Amino acid sequence: MRIGIDVGGTNTDAALMDGPAVVAACKSPTTADVGSGIVAVLRKLLDMTGVSVSQIQAVMIGTTHFTNAVVERKRLLEVAAVRLGLPATKGLPPMTDWPRDLADTLGRHTFMLRGGHEFDGRKIAPLDEAGLIGVARTIRMRGLRSAAVTSVFSPVTPEMELRAAEILKNEVPDITLSLSHEIGRVGFLERENASIMNASLADLSQKVVSSFRNALRELSIEAPFYISQNDGTLMTPDYVERYPVLTFASGPTNSMRGAATLAGEKEAMVVDIGGTTSDVGMLMQGFPRESAVAVDIGGVRTNFRMPDVLAIGLGGGSLVRDEGARIGPDSVGYEITSRALVFGGDTLTTTDIVVAAGLEDIGDRFRVAHIPAKTIETALDTMHRMVDEAVDRMKTSADPLPVILVGGGNILVSRDLPSASKVIRPENASVANAIGAAIAQVGGEVDRIFSLEGTSREVVLTGAKVEASERAARAGADPASVKIMDIEEVPLAYLPGSATRIRVKAVGDLVIG
Amino acid sequence: MPIITDQDIDDLAVGAALLGTGGGGDPYIGKLLAKAAIEEYGPVELLALEDVSDEVAVVACGAMGAPTILIEKIPSGDEIGLSLDAYEDHTGGRAGAIIPFEAGGINSMIPIALAARRRLPVIDADGMGRAFPQLEMETFHVYGVPASPVAIADEQGNRVLIETNDAAKAEWYARGVTIRMGGQSYIVNYGMNGRTAKRVSVPATMSLAIGIGRTLREAAAGHRDPVSALVDFFAGTHYGHAKVIAAGKIVDVVRKEENGWSIGVATVEPFDPSRPTVKIRIQNENLIAEEDGGQVLAIVPDLITVLDLDTAEAITTERLRYGQRVNVLAVRVPPIMRTPEALAVFGPAQFGLKQPYTPLGHGDD
Repeated sequence: MRIGIDVGGTNTDAALMDGPAVVAACKSPTTADVGSGIVAVLRKLLDMTGVSVSQIQAVMIGTTHFTNAVVERKRLLEVAAVRLGLPATKGLPPMTDWPRDLADTLGRHTFMLRGGHEFDGRKIAPLDEAGLIGVARTIRMRGLRSAAVTSVFSPVTPEMELRAAEILKNEVPDITLSLSHEIGRVGFLERENASIMNASLADLSQKVVSSFRNALRELSIEAPFYISQNDGTLMTPDYVERYPVLTFASGPTNSMRGAATLAGEKEAMVVDIGGTTSDVGMLMQGFPRESAVAVDIGGVRTNFRMPDVLAIGLGGGSLVRDEGARIGPDSVGYEITSRALVFGGDTLTTTDIVVAAGLEDIGDRFRVAHIPAKTIETALDTMHRMVDEAVDRMKTSADPLPVILVGGGNILVSRDLPSASKVIRPENASVANAIGAAIAQVGGEVDRIFSLEGTSREVVLTGAKVEASERAARAGADPASVKIMDIEEVPLAYLPGSATRIRVKAVGDLVIG
Repeated sequence: MPIITDQDIDDLAVGAALLGTGGGGDPYIGKLLAKAAIEEYGPVELLALEDVSDEVAVVACGAMGAPTILIEKIPSGDEIGLSLDAYEDHTGGRAGAIIPFEAGGINSMIPIALAARRRLPVIDADGMGRAFPQLEMETFHVYGVPASPVAIADEQGNRVLIETNDAAKAEWYARGVTIRMGGQSYIVNYGMNGRTAKRVSVPATMSLAIGIGRTLREAAAGHRDPVSALVDFFAGTHYGHAKVIAAGKIVDVVRKEENGWSIGVATVEPFDPSRPTVKIRIQNENLIAEEDGGQVLAIVPDLITVLDLDTAEAITTERLRYGQRVNVLAVRVPPIMRTPEALAVFGPAQFGLKQPYTPLGHGDD
């Protein structure tokens, strides 16, 4: 059996899974030290089920802790941002276009040295080793404990980042290093940004991971534990200690994958209806479809692939106007329990409509008895139309797909949706994140530019597939279970025939025991 | 003479992406470079084409290569200045004004960075009126300015000079050099005097791009429909005629590789079910939009840009995907780009299309 845990900003959720089946699930408040909240929720879960700790084979944890730290500018280290690429890249120094307060928090310790590679593996310049020793001296002098190293085209040729790491480690033995080729893909500034943010989380990641470790130890759980990363696959704890930034998008990914498991669907639309908005995304082969646009985290541009989610202004607290013809985008939000009509308030909300229609019994239904039938009908129509349009907008073809409804606001949808083959309301949807963590697999990805000089695209494509599969196996996947999930090939525009960008993603089952 | 402000550069990035007609590269890096150059060297003046003095030495500039390379190998910032040095050393003259060779995409920004360094004005005009994939697809070339000499530089300080009497050959050699320079290079060429520049350039394209960005920004702030604001905006410019030729959902995107070029077809299914579906053929840029049944709605060199339905932000061909809700906006190019000589250089046939050029709005105005 596996346990999935989701450490959110408010609650820590846990789910016990036996294969794809949910045995039990529960919630407990998140604590400042993280660990005691985990202990509390696990105790509750074990008590509920009577399962002994020896039956637990693995624990998977999803967390938004690191994202929140960057957004709040709290618990971050000062960072030495070391760039290898001169004479290229000089035009835009590290942390250009960052929010001023975050750059200040991290101390603006930026260094630019000669080095880096071209897309085809040639050197832009030899690595400036003497310069690195000088940087190391400055790092020691300023007492910096964490450094990010980014070299041009390191996703294609990582050797200079590795050599720079060797030199820095030799000069400053206790330094923590974030190497960009381990963190991101082609797109220099975005990858450098992510590496610098990663470096700023070095202390926090140690603390959080050890609090996870201690929590499990306190309950005598000896099973290995893993942490979910952006694409819904797993990382080992020592990897998260080094690369916490790779958890940044794991929340929405786990939520969608959990919903899919609960519904027993791999190809489906997920609609998560909250109090203010509904988030609509699409699952393909059980994974969220990813967005291709740059994503800002705490005001910093990154190129992490986040699930492509459309948010619309429809939730359980959305305001109803114009006899039901207009809904949202504003909402009473968390004040629903005082401002909605059924709770004695004076604001007509979507929840009031559902109660007035006799579809749900929440609060005092007599307080909405006066709403005209026509308004109720119009409002219900509007809500369903909004959800249906959002679903249709996020689909990749006109074919109807199952729609999985999760979130507290799912009561708003009571009818069939024209864009849906069926509407599914899974049980335990409130702990979808924890379930998404529990079912996670192990992945490997290759995303880089391949020069086609002296080779062919067939050869490089085959090589990329093998490499992605090997990466998955190295990360802990059972090699026999590894499958190629996604292949994307984009020839370089304006340079016909010279190079191609290939992205291959492979995923396999975690080897347990 | 107006000074290009920080806000202008943000607006220009948005407008240049739209003029990129799906290609031309994301202006983000260029925008940061232009801002950095202005911060370091001082403000840049935008000089109206009619105000250019007849005798001033004008040079065109821009970058060549793959946007995918540019986002990884960030420029040193010195490259384009080195190109101009090389050009001046070779010709023995000094440039008095800079003109962009391409107003669409990232190349709208490179001239500003160069102008700031050299404390020269940027002429409010260009040689493409949009984005095109090749160096000879320029009104400069169409109306008789030689493409050579071409000065090319990279961040290492390497400089290459190309002298040939054929613009297409200049393009071909330059692209070969660009690959050897690591997939990205910086070019100065099409030297001419002010009198010639006034005759051979597409006027007011930089201010057009800035105006596009401003229009969208103000529409968003005022909660106006951005695309109708754009159509109104174009009506007041020398481009004149703009039209939403399809509003709907992208239901299919097919990409394939042909001779190393990424060729694609995007299919838009209109929201209005009584309208036929629209197919857009892509080769780096959007080339032609046709209704099912073959009715041509817009064709190169007229602009065809796919805009996000809500924000009217231009969606590049690389980012086109199933499910996007879009307006397809077509804009007629100004007369200088529609002559038989111009069409012989960047008309439909140059992109392998069999359909003849029909200006947008032909027959309905």
